[in-house]
Amino acid sequence: MNRAIGRVGFAVIALLLVLVGQLTYLQVIDAKKLADDPKNSRTYLKDFTRPRGEIISADGKVLAKSVASKDEYEFQRVYPYGDLFAQTVGYQSVVVGSTGIENEYSNVLSGRDKSNLRLRDIGDLLLDKDQTGNVVLSLRTDVQLVAKAALGNQQGSVVVTDPRTGGLIAMYSNPSFDPTPLAGHDPKAVQAYWRSLNPDSGSSPLVPRAYRERYPPGSTFKIATTEAALDTNTATPESVFPTIRSILAPQAGTPIANFGNESCGGTLEESFVHSCNTTFAKLGLDLNEKFPPRLAGFGIYEAPPIDLSPGAAVSSGPVPGTFNDNKPSFALAGIGQGDVAATPLQMALIGSAVANGGTIMSPHVAAEIRDGDGKTLSTIAPKPWKVAMPPTTAATIRDFMVQVVQRGTGTAGRIAGVTVAGKTGTAQSCDGCAPHAWFVAFAPAEAPQYAVSVFVEKGGSMGNEATGGRVAAPIAAALLKYLLGK
Amino acid sequence: MSALSGRRRTEELGLGVLALVIVASGYVLLALSKAPELPPGLWGFMAAILALFVIAHLAVRRWAPRADATLLPLVALLLGIGFITISRLDLAVRESKRVAPTQALWTAVGVAAFIITLVVVRNVRTLARYRYTFLLLGVIALVLPLAPGVGVELNGARLWVRVGPLTVQPGEAAKVLLVVFFAAYLVDKRELLSSGSRRLGRMYLPDPKHLGPLLLPWVVSIMIMVQQKDLGSSLLFFAVFVAMLYIATDRSAYLAAGAVLFSAATVIAYKAFSHVQLRIDTWLDPWHDAQNQGYQLVQSLYGFGSGGFQGTGLGLGRPDVIPVATTDFIFAAIGEELGLLGTVAIIIGFILLVGSAYRIAIQARRPFSKLFAAGLATILGVQTFVIVGGVTRLIPLTGVTLPFVSYGGSSLVANFIILALLLRISDENATDAAIEAEHEARRIAVEAAHP
Repeated sequence: MNRAIGRVGFAVIALLLVLVGQLTYLQVIDAKKLADDPKNSRTYLKDFTRPRGEIISADGKVLAKSVASKDEYEFQRVYPYGDLFAQTVGYQSVVVGSTGIENEYSNVLSGRDKSNLRLRDIGDLLLDKDQTGNVVLSLRTDVQLVAKAALGNQQGSVVVTDPRTGGLIAMYSNPSFDPTPLAGHDPKAVQAYWRSLNPDSGSSPLVPRAYRERYPPGSTFKIATTEAALDTNTATPESVFPTIRSILAPQAGTPIANFGNESCGGTLEESFVHSCNTTFAKLGLDLNEKFPPRLAGFGIYEAPPIDLSPGAAVSSGPVPGTFNDNKPSFALAGIGQGDVAATPLQMALIGSAVANGGTIMSPHVAAEIRDGDGKTLSTIAPKPWKVAMPPTTAATIRDFMVQVVQRGTGTAGRIAGVTVAGKTGTAQSCDGCAPHAWFVAFAPAEAPQYAVSVFVEKGGSMGNEATGGRVAAPIAAALLKYLLGK
Repeated sequence: MSALSGRRRTEELGLGVLALVIVASGYVLLALSKAPELPPGLWGFMAAILALFVIAHLAVRRWAPRADATLLPLVALLLGIGFITISRLDLAVRESKRVAPTQALWTAVGVAAFIITLVVVRNVRTLARYRYTFLLLGVIALVLPLAPGVGVELNGARLWVRVGPLTVQPGEAAKVLLVVFFAAYLVDKRELLSSGSRRLGRMYLPDPKHLGPLLLPWVVSIMIMVQQKDLGSSLLFFAVFVAMLYIATDRSAYLAAGAVLFSAATVIAYKAFSHVQLRIDTWLDPWHDAQNQGYQLVQSLYGFGSGGFQGTGLGLGRPDVIPVATTDFIFAAIGEELGLLGTVAIIIGFILLVGSAYRIAIQARRPFSKLFAAGLATILGVQTFVIVGGVTRLIPLTGVTLPFVSYGGSSLVANFIILALLLRISDENATDAAIEAEHEARRIAVEAAHP
C-alpha cells in the first residue's frame, strides 16, 4: 500500500508543481501583455480611483474637482460650473473618455507626472496625498459669464485672449452641455445622456465650436488680405481702387458684389473701412501665389498649438499652387469666402497679431501648475508662435481697424473712453441661409490688452438682416467694456 | 506527556506564532495602503487569531499530543492569508455585502468542529464500523440540494440548502462521509478486488459482484455533474475514489479504467450538456466572448498578469473587478496583490500540507487509517489543483473552494474536520510506533535475559 500511496502523493504534488509553472507563465512571461491589455480595466481604473487635482479659473473658482464617492471608484469628478467651461475644461469619463484640460493635463492632475511635485513627509508617501497637481487656467469665470450672457440663445462662439501672452481669458460656445453627468459611473446613465447630446451630428453641443469648427470668416479675413497686400508690395495704404459694384474674376461664372450691391472703392484704407469686396477680391487675384505664404504667417494651414485635447482644428485658405487653375478661389479668399474657413480661435489670433505688433503668441488655456497647498510649481511661459507681419504693418492695419469702429461698418463696437480697433464680417454660410456674423477686435488700440473674436452662427437673432456690425460687434463691445471697466 | 509529544507541540506553537506574525503583518499592511495609521481593530484582531490558534493548539495538546506539528500552523497561515484577502475585497463593497465578519465567525465554528472531532473520534477505526451509516448520510447530503423546498440554486449550480438564515453546502460534508465509506469498503474488499477470479485474455478480472459497487462513485459523480451542474465536485469525487481504489489494490489497471470512464463521461457530457460544453469552450478561448462567458476567467488572468512577479501590494491592486473573488477566484485576487511570490508561497504551503498528509498515510499502521488518510490528503490536493488550475486556465474552470483560503462556512468546517482527522491518525501513528518500540525493547530485553 505504501508504494501506491507514495505514487499518488507524488502525482498530486507534481500536479501542484505544474501550477507553479502556469503561475510563472501568467505572472512573469505573459504578465506585461495581460497587464497592458487595453481591455484590462485596471489600466483606466487607476486614473479614476486615485485622487485628482483641481482645475481652477484665473479668478480662483474651482471648475473641476474630485469628491469622495461610495462606489468602487472612490472618487467622483464634478464640474461646479456646468456648461460654462464644458468645452475647455472638458470631462473625465469612465465611459466616454476624456477631453479638454482634463485630458491634456491628465498626468499633472493625476500626479503621474511627478516632475513638479515632491514629497513632504512619510504620510504623503503612504497616501498619495498632495501628489496631485492643480491646474490654474487663464480663463476667468466672470468673463465667461459675460460672454455667455452676450450670446444669449444665439448659436456661436466668443474667444477673448490677451494678445501679449496668448493666454485665453474667455472661450465659450453656445450650445454647450453639462459635463458632470458624463463623469458618472453608471455606464447606462452616461450612455443615455451621451446619446441625448447627439454626438454624431455636426450641431452637437459636444463640439467645441470655438476651436474645433471652421466657418467662412467673411470680411474679418480682410485683415489678413491687407497684411499680405502691404507686405508683398501688392498695394500701399494710399493705393486707389476703382469704385464699382462688383467684380468678375477670371474663370468665374458669377461676379463678386459689394455688400448690398453698393458702389465701393477708393484708397486701401477707405476700402477696408467700408469693407469693399471688389477691392479685396482684386487684391486676392493680384496677390496670386504670394497670398498663401502670407496666410501661413498667420497660422492658416496648421493647427494652433493650444493646450487642449483634442486640439484646435486647422483653418484653411486658398490651396497653394492652384492660382492658375482656380483664380476665383483666390478672389474669394481675399474676402474670406470660398476655400477659406477659420475657427473663431484662429480669427482671434489674427486680431492678436495686429494688436501685438505682428507677433502671434502661442494660445494657451492653462496658466500655471500648483501643488495641493496652492504653491505655484510652474507657470506656462508666453512664447511666440508666428510672426505674421512687421510692427509697421501692424500699426497701419491697427489704424484701419480703429477707423472701422469710428466711422465704418463696426460703429456698434464703440466704447466711450476707449479706442477700439475692429473688423466686421458678414459671411455667406450656405445657399438660402442667413449669413454668419463676425467681429474681430482689440482694445485699447494704443496698448492692446484684449483681443476678441465673436462669431454668431447664421445671423443669430437677426436672421437674414444680420451683419457683423449689427449682431457681433455689440457682443464684442459688451465684453471689452466689461474687461476694461468702462 | 512523552518527550516526542512535548517537542512536537512546542514546534507547533512556534510555527503557529510565526504564521500569526505573517498574518498580522498583512493585516497592518492592508490598513496602511488606505491610511497612514494602524487599523482600528488591530489588537482585537491579533487577540482573536491568537486565541483561536492557541485554543486549537491546546486541544491538540490535550487530545492528540503526538500528532504532526506542521499541519495546524500551515492551516493557520493559509486561513490567515485567505482572511486578509477577504477583508481586502470587503473594502471595495458596501457594508451590507461584507463577508469577513462571517468568515471570522465560521473560523470559530470550524475550530469548534475541529475540537469536537478530536474529542469524539478517539480512534479512527471506530469510524469504519459505521461505514454504511456514513454512506447513507453522504448520499443524503449529496441529493439534499435537489430536494424541492430546501435546495437553493446559486450562480447556476444547485449545491446549497437553506437552514434558517444560513445556506450550507452539504456536499462539503459528503466529501468526508464518502471517503470514510470508501476507505472502509475498500479495506474489506481489497483482497477480492486485487486478485482476479475470472480470466479475460491475459488479464484476471475480479468477480463482477464486487465490481458493481465500484461503479457507484462514477454514477454519483455523473449525477452531481448533471443534476447540480457542479463539475468541480464531480471531478473531485471521482479522482479521490480512483486514487483510493488504486492505493487499496495496488493495481494500476484501475487507474486506466478510471481514466477511460472519466474520458467517456467527459466526451458524452461535452456533447450532451450545454453547460459542460460552455466551460470547455471558454477554457479553450476565453477571449472569444470576454464580456460574457469568458468574463470571469479573463478578469482572473488580468489579475495574475497585473500582479506580476511581486504583486501590486496589499490593498493597492483592483482584485475587486474579478467576479466572485472571495470564493472561486480568491487565488486570482491573491495573485494580483501578492504577485508570483505570494501565489507560489501558497502553493508551497499546500504542497507541505498535502505532503504531510500523505506522510501520515504512509506512517499509519492499519490499512483503514492508511487509506482514509490518503483519501483525505487526495481531497485537499486535488481540490487545490482543480480550482487553482481552473482560475489560471491550466484546466477548464470548475467552481470549488480553495481549501482554508476561500470564503465559505461549509467548506471551512469540512476542512477543519479533515484536519482534525489527519491529526488524529498522526497521533495514533506515533502512539503505535511508541508501543511497537516498547515491545521491541522488551523483546530484546527478554532475549538478552534468555539467550
